[in-house]
Amino acid sequence: MIGLIDYGSGNLRSVHKALVKVGAQVRIAQRPEELTGVRAAVLPGVGAFDDCIQALRGRGLLEAARGFIKSGRPFLGICVGYQALFEKSEEFHSCAAGLGVFQGKVVRFSDSSGLKIPQIGWNQLEIVGRECPLYRGIASGSYVYFVHSFFPKPTDLSIVATRTVYGETFASSVWRDNVFATQFHPEKSQKVGLQLLRNFVEFANQRA
Amino acid sequence: MVDVIERAADQCFMPLTVGGGLRSVKDMYTMLRAGADKISINSSALANPDLIRSGAEKFGSQCIVVSIDAKNVAPERWEVFSHGGRRTTGREAVDWAKQAVSLGAGEIVLNSIDADGTKAGFDLVITKRVSEAVGVPVVASGGAGNLDHMAAVLLEGKADAVLAASIFHFGEYTVGDVKKFLATKGIPVRFV
Repeated sequence: MIGLIDYGSGNLRSVHKALVKVGAQVRIAQRPEELTGVRAAVLPGVGAFDDCIQALRGRGLLEAARGFIKSGRPFLGICVGYQALFEKSEEFHSCAAGLGVFQGKVVRFSDSSGLKIPQIGWNQLEIVGRECPLYRGIASGSYVYFVHSFFPKPTDLSIVATRTVYGETFASSVWRDNVFATQFHPEKSQKVGLQLLRNFVEFANQRA
Repeated sequence: MVDVIERAADQCFMPLTVGGGLRSVKDMYTMLRAGADKISINSSALANPDLIRSGAEKFGSQCIVVSIDAKNVAPERWEVFSHGGRRTTGREAVDWAKQAVSLGAGEIVLNSIDADGTKAGFDLVITKRVSEAVGVPVVASGGAGNLDHMAAVLLEGKADAVLAASIFHFGEYTVGDVKKFLATKGIPVRFV
């Protein structure tokens, strides 16, 4: 059973359907206690960083997510759910503190690149170095779907699982121990995205 | 409507933009929860430009697509029409696109009323003007009749993406045909 954290995020249904498509059993978790007993958790996200943090905190889910990650069970953050794992964000002069699971802050693409912001569309992954279980069966150079103006800058570069270039090179996903997170939307990335989610579900099953 | 969105979103696992008659942040939220990724607004944004801002603040700019129906009403003048192109608003198209983006629109779909349905090619002039005036992606719509039209609006019209309906619906071309052709013109496309 995978717990899907529901704090009102717009892409909940898409993530839910994609997880079911790859064979997961999913429990929508709107309250902290609904995460007890699940094998792995997914924190979806779309929209603004502060909204996400406030909504999580308001439902007691911020602490629950922190506790879940500490428990060592597999955790996947998507988009703003990825950004939420960092300490803070520059978005709209944000003052909300993120989960701080990873060190670093969430920054905006630089206007000087001349590229359009947000990045909306398909872009390529460069799978970096280590064997991240999320990318089993996925080739470096695969396209995934991005919709974002901000991205986290991890202090510890050893957590970077993939890099993507959009004017500048950024960490399009990270991985450390039981925690995975992607800036792109696997639930909207067709075959490649479904493969990634399948890998996550398999990783969770093996850990159980 | 919600049911249609849910059924489409449950199958496609790719980005889905929903538009048509959405008038409030609550309407937007309903569609997002049904599986939409982006919300497209047109007449409701013209009637209440602040809807762009409130939607962008709530869901992020990347979620808010402002769709603009523009018509060439006089030499060098394109005006914005609302209600499916039936009502004039008196607004100038480039100005409205800039205002929409300053309010938080993350993407513009620019439809040429003159070209729409003609299959005679996109309106390259207004597409280029809007695309060069805003810092967000512009999707060109209206007039696609063949593969060269698509390449022209991307290269000369400076659009970031092209929209077509008829040529796909009636099976003249597949999406794959278009991508293959655009790639030969040096335009980046994703192959699946």
